[in-house]
Parts: sequence; structure tokens; C-alpha cells
Amino acid sequence: MLKPITEEKRGVPEPAAGVRTKPNRLPQWPLHLMILPALLLIIVYSYGPMLGSVIAFQDFNPARGIFHSPFQGLENFRYVMALPDSMQVVWNTLIIAVMKLVVGLIVPIAVSLLLNEVRKEFFKRGVQTLIYLPHFLSWVILGGILIDILSPSNGIVNDVLKLFGVDPIYFLGSNEWFRYVLVISDVWKEFGFNTIVYLAALTSINPALYEAAVIDGAGKWKQTLNVTLPGMAPIIILTATLALGQVLNAGFDQVFNLYSPQVYETGDIIDTFVYRIGMVDAQYGVATAVGLFKSAVSLTLLSVSYFLAYRLANYRIF
Amino acid sequence: MIERNTVGRRLFIGSNYTFLTILSVLCILPLVHVLSVSFSSSAAASAGYVKLWPVDFTLSSYKYVLMKKEFFRSILVTLERVAIGLSVNMALTILVAYPLSKEVNKFRARTAYAWIFVFTMLFNGGLIPLYMTVKYTGVLDSIWALVLPGALPIFNMILLLNFFRGLPKELEEAAFMDGAGHWTTLWKMYVPLSLPALATITLFATVGHWNSWFDGLIFMNSPSHYPLQSYLQTIVIVKNFTAANLNNLKMLQEVDERTFKAAQIFLGALPILLVYPFLQRFFMKGIVLGSVKE
Repeated sequence: MLKPITEEKRGVPEPAAGVRTKPNRLPQWPLHLMILPALLLIIVYSYGPMLGSVIAFQDFNPARGIFHSPFQGLENFRYVMALPDSMQVVWNTLIIAVMKLVVGLIVPIAVSLLLNEVRKEFFKRGVQTLIYLPHFLSWVILGGILIDILSPSNGIVNDVLKLFGVDPIYFLGSNEWFRYVLVISDVWKEFGFNTIVYLAALTSINPALYEAAVIDGAGKWKQTLNVTLPGMAPIIILTATLALGQVLNAGFDQVFNLYSPQVYETGDIIDTFVYRIGMVDAQYGVATAVGLFKSAVSLTLLSVSYFLAYRLANYRIF
Repeated sequence: MIERNTVGRRLFIGSNYTFLTILSVLCILPLVHVLSVSFSSSAAASAGYVKLWPVDFTLSSYKYVLMKKEFFRSILVTLERVAIGLSVNMALTILVAYPLSKEVNKFRARTAYAWIFVFTMLFNGGLIPLYMTVKYTGVLDSIWALVLPGALPIFNMILLLNFFRGLPKELEEAAFMDGAGHWTTLWKMYVPLSLPALATITLFATVGHWNSWFDGLIFMNSPSHYPLQSYLQTIVIVKNFTAANLNNLKMLQEVDERTFKAAQIFLGALPILLVYPFLQRFFMKGIVLGSVKE
């Protein structure tokens, strides 16, 4: 039995030595070469600053530089802890971020459910074009617009309120209102864009499930409750868990362009605090200490949120 | 979905269309208002007569803005930044996404590289160390300070990586069989097949560079090097309006601060308003396709 097989084998021309027969024998060095430029830049401009965080533990002096400034342990952290504003800044950050996360999660889901009920394609497309738009404008532009329309003297919002007999409100200068302005304007900017993922999830729900629900006598409302929402559950869980990693990001660009010393009490957040200590007061070591604290806590939160997303929604970053 | 044509259903559809219409209008109403202010006379604007249509139509605010040297200079900086930054972003995004889209058995170092890149999304050195790094690498006050720190947008890279992974493996294997190397396969096959994803990340990268303002503010020493959005930030947000230039004094009397700011806000947003509707169908497709995983 063995002989014919070997004979048969001999019939097939043997590949000459060194000729590739399998695609995965391609050399890997071009792949390394492709990555190299980006890798170098990332090492310098992302990992460099990570190492540069050592100035959080130094009495940093720009004239002496990172390498010759005296080491002083946790002194900068102690100094920040002793500042009267520190706790307030952390609280402001958490409160603003959590409010944004909750409202920013609910609104896009509701709007995508409503959009999903629209049968006229051109209407749907038109709505999407308009509600995605604010996402693409910077907080400088939107900040300028908000400052104008919320102005207590001639802003259009206060003009409208006047019609209802409401006294002018200084929205951007009042500690009572400032956080609400932040949350509403942030949700206004981003809700449209965030409907994209939910709309995609909605189109992937199996139509047979709706047919089965109708046969069982389910009306529109029951279909939404028992078919649509469970169908969206994975993506909702995913966005909610990923949002968890962002609770220290209250939105630097937005707050920086809208706040003023009058509203530091309710509106000052960690990132703006770091900016003022570091870039305005030039207390580099202290600012870095605050930034490092935030980065370290964020890393923990992000790790937890990615782990949860992986376990609950089988999510992988790459 | 299956629907029955009951009265309640029709009522719902009617109110749904109404609600969505109001919602969409609310998204652009502030822009329309600012646009109207920018085309109104300063007297009408400061008296608060302007609502959603210009009052005493005039172009004087725009004339004033377009006479300002600083405005043009900042636009030039922004254009330079977008041109260089976008090229660097796209080149690096494509070059990194391709190797990282390979299976581990085809590219053993893949996982290690992927973690090196993704870790930068999880942890960063913070503002001051970044400033120091930019300073020590000698690019402070140059266009490279605005380009190099964000040279590889990790989020866009992951989007493209996932898109690459969704392409059929057989295509790549056929290319390799025919003797194509990695460079040829990437350039002749992956890039042409990924146009929706590439259009999406081009839009994101362009908008990102156009809209960035904070890096210009901290990395540029002199305001004459500010890109447009940083310049606008100092004009529109910071409240002290100091244009004590004698030549402009007469113009200043005619142009109210408010209409002048409104004109600049609108000009800063204009390119995005013009380009965005054409790219919309690409990015909707691109985001969804890019997030599909095997």
C-alpha cells in the first residue's frame, strides 16, 4: 500500500528550496517598518510625558529642568490636599460628568427609537443631518454662540423668557444655573451624533421577532418593550460601561470656554484647575501632581469599565 | 416593524414627526440667530431686535472682519496645519492599521504593538509634562507643535483597523499568491477597498485639526502664530475687546462688538457647514462598518 502513494507523491513537482508555498511565510519586517514612524512619535509625545510626570514629585524649577530639580516626595500632593478648593473641584467634576453621562445616555436612545418609527426616508435623513451638525463645531464656536444667546442684557433666551414675565437670568454667571447650562448644552451638541450607534443596532434586530410578537397580539408599545429594547440592550450596556471610565472628564473644552470666576464654586473642574495652577500660576509640580492623580484614577476606572464591557458585552478595543 | 393603522397610531406618527422637526430646528436655531445678528446693523443687534432674520441688513461686520490682518493670518496658519496635520494623520493611521489588522500568527508582535498604542488612550502624562515634552523637542511655537503630539489619532486607527479586518481574507491571500508584498497589498488592495472608512477618518481628522484651539493657545508663544480657532477663542470668549488700532477706530464705531463677534463665529464654522453634508453618508456607513467585529 505504501509504494503507490510515494510514487504518486513523486509525480508532484517538489517546490524548489526557498520558494514560498504558504502566504503566511511572507517576511514580517515590512510590517514592523510600517509601524516604526508612528511608534517613535508615540514614544516621544505620549510616553515621554508619562515619564515627565516625575515632576509631580519634584520641587520643579524650569531653569534646572526635569533632571536637576530637587526631589521632594509627596509634598506637592500634600499642598493640593491642603488647598480649600481641591475637594470642591473633584466634586464639581464628578457631579457634572455624571449628570452629563446619565442625560447623555437617555436622550440619544429615546431619539433613535423615535427616528426608527419614521418611514419617510428623506425626513429621517433630513433630521439626521441637522442633529449631527453641532457635534462637528468646536466649543470655541459654540461657546461664542452660547455667550451671545444667554446674555442677560440682549440674549435671545432672556428675551423669550421676558415674554413670560421672567426676570433676566445670568445663566453663565450664576452658580444655580451653570451646571445645568453645561449639561444641556453638552447633550444638545452630542445627542444627535450618539444616535448613530443605536440606529445601527436597531436595524440589526431580526424582523421575524416583530412578526412573532404581532401574532402573539403585541401592540406597538409592547413590541418596543419586549423586542426593541432587549435588542438594544447589549449596545446600551456597552455605552454605559464605557461611560464609566469617563467620570473624571467633565469636558475641559466646554467648561474653559463658558466659565468665569463667578462660577468657580460650581463649575471649576479638575482639568481647568490644572490649567490655572500650571499654565497661569506656573506651579508646574503642583499642577502635574493633580494631573497625575486624575490620570491614575482614570486608568483604574477605564480598566474596570473595559473589563466590565468585555464581560457583559463581549467588547474588545481592537 | 409591523404596524396597524389605528387612530392612536396615526396620532403617534403625527406627534412624532412634529417632535423630531422641533428637535432638528432646535439644533440649528442658535446658529441661525447668530447668523442673523452678524448681518444686522449694530444698533438693531445691541437693542435686541434681531431674532431669526437680519434687521437693517448690512455687511459691515464682515467687511470689518475681512479687513483684519490677524484674521487672515490665523486662517493661513489653520490651512497649513490642516494640510500637514491631515497628511501625517492619514499616512500614520493607514500604516499602523494595516499591520495591526493581521492575525497574531501572521504578525507575532501585533498584540504588543496594539497595547503600546491603546495604552495611550488609557493613561496620559497630563498637561504640564506634555508642554515640557513639546518644549524639549524644540517644536514650541512652530506648526509641528500642533501636528506631532496628535500625529496618530488612536480612535481613527482602531476604526480603520476594524474595517480592514472585515475585508475578506481570500483577497489578501490571492494577492500574496500572485507575488504581491505587504506594501503592494496595502496600497493596491486595502486602500481602494476602504474608501468609506478612509472618508470617515479623513472627515474626523480634518474637523479635529480645524477645531483644535487649546494646543494653539499653549504651544504658540506669539498670537501671530495662532490658528483660527485659538485666535477666535481670544476674540470671542475672552471678554476684553481691545482693538485700539487707530485705523480701525472709525470702523469700530459702526461695528458693534456683538455683530462683529457673530460674523467671526459664523466664518469659523462655515467650512464645516459647507463640507459636512457631503460627507455625511460616508461617515454614517464608515462608523458602523468600522465598529463591526468578528
